[in-house]
Amino acid sequence: MTPPKLELRGVWKAFGDKEVLRDVDLTVDQHEVVCLIGSSGSGKSTMLKCVNLLFPIDEGAILLDGADITAPGVNPNQVREKMGIVFQAFNLFPHMTVLDNITLSPREVHGVGKAEAVERARDLLDRFGLTDKIDEYPDRLSGGQQQRVAVVRALATQPELMLFDEVTSALDPELVAEVLNVIRGLKNDGMTMVIATHEMGFARDVADQVCFLDAGRILEHGPPEAIFSSPSEPRTQQFLQRIIDAGRL
Amino acid sequence: MSEQPSIDEFGGGPSLLGPPHAPRSREEGTRGALIAFASTVIFVGVVLWAVLTSDAWPAVQRQFFSWDHFVDVFPDVLGGFWLDVKMFIVAEIIILTLSLVIAMIRSLRGPAFFPLRALAVLFIDMIRGIPVILLILLLGFGIPALQLPGVPTSALFWGLTALIISYSAYTAEVYRAGIESVHESQRMSARSLGLTQIQALRYVLVPQAIKNVIPALLNGFVSLQKDVALVLVLGIREAVREADIYAAKTFNYTGYIAATLLFLAVSIPVARFTDWYTDRDRRRKQSMSA
Repeated sequence: MTPPKLELRGVWKAFGDKEVLRDVDLTVDQHEVVCLIGSSGSGKSTMLKCVNLLFPIDEGAILLDGADITAPGVNPNQVREKMGIVFQAFNLFPHMTVLDNITLSPREVHGVGKAEAVERARDLLDRFGLTDKIDEYPDRLSGGQQQRVAVVRALATQPELMLFDEVTSALDPELVAEVLNVIRGLKNDGMTMVIATHEMGFARDVADQVCFLDAGRILEHGPPEAIFSSPSEPRTQQFLQRIIDAGRL
Repeated sequence: MSEQPSIDEFGGGPSLLGPPHAPRSREEGTRGALIAFASTVIFVGVVLWAVLTSDAWPAVQRQFFSWDHFVDVFPDVLGGFWLDVKMFIVAEIIILTLSLVIAMIRSLRGPAFFPLRALAVLFIDMIRGIPVILLILLLGFGIPALQLPGVPTSALFWGLTALIISYSAYTAEVYRAGIESVHESQRMSARSLGLTQIQALRYVLVPQAIKNVIPALLNGFVSLQKDVALVLVLGIREAVREADIYAAKTFNYTGYIAATLLFLAVSIPVARFTDWYTDRDRRRKQSMSA
């Protein structure tokens, strides 16, 4: 039996004496889409950054394809070659064109030749309707376009796992859909994804599994119908009620 | 991008002609320029008149502003100044490279790089704590005196080396400030794409850092362009040394004025350029956030 794509086992993480992740367990199967929901500061973003090894964890283990990537001696750069992450604030490199943003990692990290890297970038940009932006600098693009470029940049390294860290939170409302549609497209391709989001309608729509985080713990998880229709934990009920009251679900 | 309040909104900006607030009309702008011109003429006129009619002026003119002496000393001072310029160019190129390497080493993270990082910090702290002139004397007289086989004995070589070492320590700190001014998310983003620390510095952080610190680097240019004259303590016949020799021979200081003019001829344009560049950069950022 193949191991799950990603597994978190008893992960603890603290910044100073502030515990951000407390005994987090999570299993993400091949081709599965997991949405992390919960209020700001509940640990969603930290969890994704720990998976990407941008933050070291304090206790527990994170396994990718069954191999412990938090074990000592693991080269984080090799781990990161298998996964892509997209951040809330896009984080494109402002001094590079769209094309250079996208081809930097394939060329410098993955050893892809220039012609092939450019070819790959073109294909991805075509697919996401960004063909005419290839030579633009990021500050000439709208937020939605920048975020789509950021997704393309992550995809250009041909990852097997994609992490999305509240990728629509910094966008104007009318630009949210274009980014969410990109992620929906990836689901259809069978991409394994972990998505931290405040877009509940989107989570219900796209997720195979929804995890509700509260104060660094996964309080409740299950298929979206179960979480959104009949949450068992009072904290989850409270959280969802607030979302409904705000007209966001 | 965060909105930063800036004094520029209140009209303060580094411009020679005063605060760059837009005149309300063309007419008012012309009138302003006329007033500026007239008051400058009056001011300069009064100062010149006061100086030239004072009792001490003839003696000052003889000692410092003698045309005959100027013609006499200028070729030697100019020859020396050419050496200053060459020293400056060679030193600056090496400094810009060496200090960038030091700053990059100091910016590496993680326990594995601790020894390298500590070495960089030690170098910067030590060198910044030693007066430049002391370093020049130490290397310029000290090392040739050892007569080690295979080691250059030229005072010029070691004087220049001392300047390069000293300025590299300062310039490394300029670069480091630039690297740290680039938002942490850029480093994170680069690392998440699988780039190593060195690659992240090289492709992502340093290019952005350099753009941020160009005015500070240019400031360093002006400073070094003058400080190359310090190697005169080693007996190197650069501009100030030539003027000094002439003064010792003739008891006339016009040579110093000649050297002064030459240094100013280079440093003032660089200073103006720095202001112009900073100003342009500021305006570009403003128009971008608008």
